[in-house]
Amino acid sequence: MALRNWSVRIGGGVLVCLLLLALAAPWLGTVDPTLFDAASRDLRPGEAGEITTLDGETLKHVFLMGSDSFGRDIYSRVLYGTRVSLMVGLAAALLALSFGVVAGLAAGYLRWLDGLLMRVMDGVMAVPAVLIAIAVVALWRGSLATVIVAIAIPEIPRVTRLVRALVLTIREEPYVEAAVSLGTPPGKIMFGHILPNTVAPLLVQGTYICAFAILLEAILSFLGVGLPPDIPTWGNIMAEGRVQFVAYPHNVFFPGIFLAVTVLAVNMLGDGLRDTLDPRMAKRV
Amino acid sequence: MFLLLRLTPGDPAAILAGDAATGEQIAKIRAELGLDRPLVVQFGIWIAKVLSGDLGQSFYFRIDVATLIAQRLEPTFALATLTILIAVLVSVPLGALSAWRFGGWLDRALMGFSVLGFSVPVFVLAYLLIWLVSLKLGWLPVQGYVRIADDPLLFLKHLILPSLTLSVIYIALIARVTRASVLEALGEDYIRTARAKGLSELRVLVRHALPNAAVPIATVIGIGVAILIGGVVVTESVYAIPGLGRLTVDAVLARDFPTIQGVILFFSAIYVLINLLIDISYVFLDPRIRY
Repeated sequence: MALRNWSVRIGGGVLVCLLLLALAAPWLGTVDPTLFDAASRDLRPGEAGEITTLDGETLKHVFLMGSDSFGRDIYSRVLYGTRVSLMVGLAAALLALSFGVVAGLAAGYLRWLDGLLMRVMDGVMAVPAVLIAIAVVALWRGSLATVIVAIAIPEIPRVTRLVRALVLTIREEPYVEAAVSLGTPPGKIMFGHILPNTVAPLLVQGTYICAFAILLEAILSFLGVGLPPDIPTWGNIMAEGRVQFVAYPHNVFFPGIFLAVTVLAVNMLGDGLRDTLDPRMAKRV
Repeated sequence: MFLLLRLTPGDPAAILAGDAATGEQIAKIRAELGLDRPLVVQFGIWIAKVLSGDLGQSFYFRIDVATLIAQRLEPTFALATLTILIAVLVSVPLGALSAWRFGGWLDRALMGFSVLGFSVPVFVLAYLLIWLVSLKLGWLPVQGYVRIADDPLLFLKHLILPSLTLSVIYIALIARVTRASVLEALGEDYIRTARAKGLSELRVLVRHALPNAAVPIATVIGIGVAILIGGVVVTESVYAIPGLGRLTVDAVLARDFPTIQGVILFFSAIYVLINLLIDISYVFLDPRIRY
């Protein structure tokens, strides 16, 4: 059913292409994204130059998207950066979802926990997401794991609220009542009876978190507080390119286009999924 | 509010220990900054100070955090105000019009724009605008900031591009909600009555539909402040504006914990305050609401 929706088709199609690009990066005429060559600095897109491998060999290489101020190949860096972005988006979404689901189930089903848990979540929600992420990264230096955690934390309250609201309606359903009267333990009711009925809205929420996570990772890296500069990510490429943006705008534009297209595709996928899987949510906005 | 404070302080002692060179130096710095005491004590002291208006001293700038924030407030305040102004002036009429001609070309264009607006990152848009408006057309200065007291015209010129950049995502958000809630209001009976009375369409839209759609619009303006704050941090970095956003990034890079705490606390307080004001404004927007 969802596959008949055009937003899902386009968004999903673009994402599959990006995923293939990311996986096939080594075979698409790229070089090691960390290689640099002083002779090939600041080349414009399409110019040929040379690059030195780690063994000291010098290779002829065409810089499809130009090179940066260290003489690194932007094309290779952008393709390898796709891996990082997709991974961060997926991992952050999964992390936020799993914590949010557990907290939401607990808050919605175990009434005594509800008040405390929801106040904590309100507290987290009072601080804008970018600031939480910046603060977390500031506390534990930037690494892949830290960045993923930093991006996931501000999203947890949103998932928790969604799951809690769903649980509160589902727990009144006759089948839950039946399970309770048969003496089913709370854990089994929560995970076996209630959780399966929250999957569709969670999937939709997950895609939105994924889109936001990809954006936020790029923002953090761009500001210089995210992943270390030697890891090729779109944010890092732009951070490096911004210094000489006036003379060489391609350093910022190519990763920027990839970033915008990716986020747009994930958002479209989310909108399409929402329209087809969750008609109740579609009516709201 | 208490939890909000608890979440921000973090654990500066452990990080500073990881950063500095020798054990003795660390111990000295720690004692100097009061980081050798147990966390709970530090936290208690910090809370007590914050409540009396003292945000501590910056590790890096060596001045009071409160003074630091006050110094950097003007550019950020100007940027945020101009952004909200542009966003509201553009998005509310657009949203209302597209609801009025539901399904028309304006409606579809606006919905397309809003999906796009959510997806294009602030800094990519910023560079696109700099490249187009400042470099290719040469209309506006590329970067920097001029104080309003020094030259009001230059001040405005420097702020137009950053505000435009920042307002795009905000416009996308507000226009979407305006459209949805005006659409809902237009379906009500009193609209039919107003039209039956022979009122002009403009009057129906502005006097009858919009006021009834005001509460969700006000709510989303408040929620959007969170996005705005995130955007300010990025936009100020791109356009080299010496405001609070720049201060946040600089403080993180310098691992200046009192400043990070202070700025985040300040931003969160503003965010909560704005949303409180908006909650209060419901009373005026919808006379049915009473507290």
